[in-house]
Amino acid sequence: MEAKHYDSIIIGAGPAGLTAGIYLSRAKAKVLILDSGVAGGQMILTHEVANYPGFESISGYELSNNMRKQAKNFGCDIMSGISIETIDFESDKKSLSLSGGKRFTSDTIILATGGRSRNLGVAGEDNFKGRGISYCATCDGDFFTGRKIAVVGGGNSAMEEAVSLTKYATKVTLIHQFDHFQAFQHAQDEVKANPKIEVKLSSKITSFNGDEKLESVTVENLLTHENYEIALDGVFIFIGYEANTDFLQGRCIALNDGQEIITDANMQTNIPGVFAAGDAIAKRYRQITLAVAEGTIAALNAMEYINKHKSTVSQPVY
Amino acid sequence: MVLPTNLKHVATAAELTELINSESNVMVCCGRMGPMCIPVYGIMEELQDEYTHVAFRDMMFDSPEASAIRNLPECRSFMGLPFTVYFKDGKVAAASSSIQNRQQITTILDRSFGNA
Ligand SMILES: Cc1cc2nc3c(=O)[nH]c(=O)nc-3n(C[C@H](O)[C@H](O)[C@H](O)COP(=O)(O)OP(=O)(O)OC[C@H]3O[C@@H](n4cnc5c(N)ncnc54)[C@H](O)[C@@H]3O)c2cc1C
Repeated sequence: MEAKHYDSIIIGAGPAGLTAGIYLSRAKAKVLILDSGVAGGQMILTHEVANYPGFESISGYELSNNMRKQAKNFGCDIMSGISIETIDFESDKKSLSLSGGKRFTSDTIILATGGRSRNLGVAGEDNFKGRGISYCATCDGDFFTGRKIAVVGGGNSAMEEAVSLTKYATKVTLIHQFDHFQAFQHAQDEVKANPKIEVKLSSKITSFNGDEKLESVTVENLLTHENYEIALDGVFIFIGYEANTDFLQGRCIALNDGQEIITDANMQTNIPGVFAAGDAIAKRYRQITLAVAEGTIAALNAMEYINKHKSTVSQPVY
Repeated sequence: MVLPTNLKHVATAAELTELINSESNVMVCCGRMGPMCIPVYGIMEELQDEYTHVAFRDMMFDSPEASAIRNLPECRSFMGLPFTVYFKDGKVAAASSSIQNRQQITTILDRSFGNA
């Protein structure tokens, strides 16, 4: 199958990728945006965005739809639900193929694959998703009214959600693998002051058990290596976020220890012509405004790179 | 009461009954505008062009009318939004709880209604 060529291929259609697409296609570059999920990324999951300048309040769904439409109207090709099978970013002409066989080449690549909440990776986790295991307290908390649950994690989200879930549950067991919490002190104080919360430090869930729905978890005490079972109806998992860079691991793109993409101030990676933006890069804060800003920087630098390599594309429109 | 999505909506139990009796293949996602439900609506929206033999609808979980979905025996053990139900010739062919990715959804669609 012959490969279709683009000036730039953007991987990830969250706010970083869509913004990069808007800037590049407005400058008349030929742009393909690929997404393994749906356009909008984590932004589409946000009930209400109240800190995106220009909108006092807008749903993440609407903001995502607007950005996607804007990118499409400027001429971006957008493919969602794809799975990337092979990549070659080191050559001057970058290339990738999708499962199903489609192949594409480009002068530049922008990596904007964002992040996701971490799974525990424990036996039974997939089976009981929606049947006792949840990653969203506001979505599923009320299903556990009058029931016993556990919360896994030791950061701010885990502690805040453990407290909020006591509105519904009769008992919340907070399970954390370390001997101390990472959350802010005020969040820890709230947990300690709540009589419905029991804390189990230095402990981890080793299996989720049940038939049609979750009935118990097996917990290992990491100090004594003793295993025991807790009967419960639900487990909420809040163990942080990770960058979506699995497909880059062990390849040419430099990642840090947290598997985040390393970039310079121009959003340039270690490979010429490959840029990165948004939550997938190594940085401290993760917000839509930052993803949009980094998407802009990546696009403008990609445009400059394209122009140096080829004279047919017009200058960027600022 | 309907959800603010780009999908067609089912607002009442009567509408649901009429729909599953008039269309052979129906997928209904019953949820809220939360992070577990919105990706499923997005995937359904994108699948509409490909799966033209399937009627894709959403329904507001908190509407009393949604008891038609919530109280289905197939949803008895569900404890995560959204409740997604696939109807073949008026009968439940499959049901899933909580967020599903595109591949999980197309697997159920293909199994329940045949390939696109
Ligand atoms: C529940 C929640 C609420 C939030 N609320 C706010 C808020 O109110 N205000 C705010 O500013 N920020 C908020 N954030 C953070 C904000 O959503 C992120 O910082 C922002 O979406 C990051 O944008 P991004 O484009 O870098 O990545 P993402 O939004 O994560 O998008 C990345 C995209 O890449 C795709 N992708 C991943 N891997 C691959 C692959 N291998 N191949 C192809 N595509 C891939 C994904 O499907 C996704 O669509 C919130 C986040 C969450 C989870």
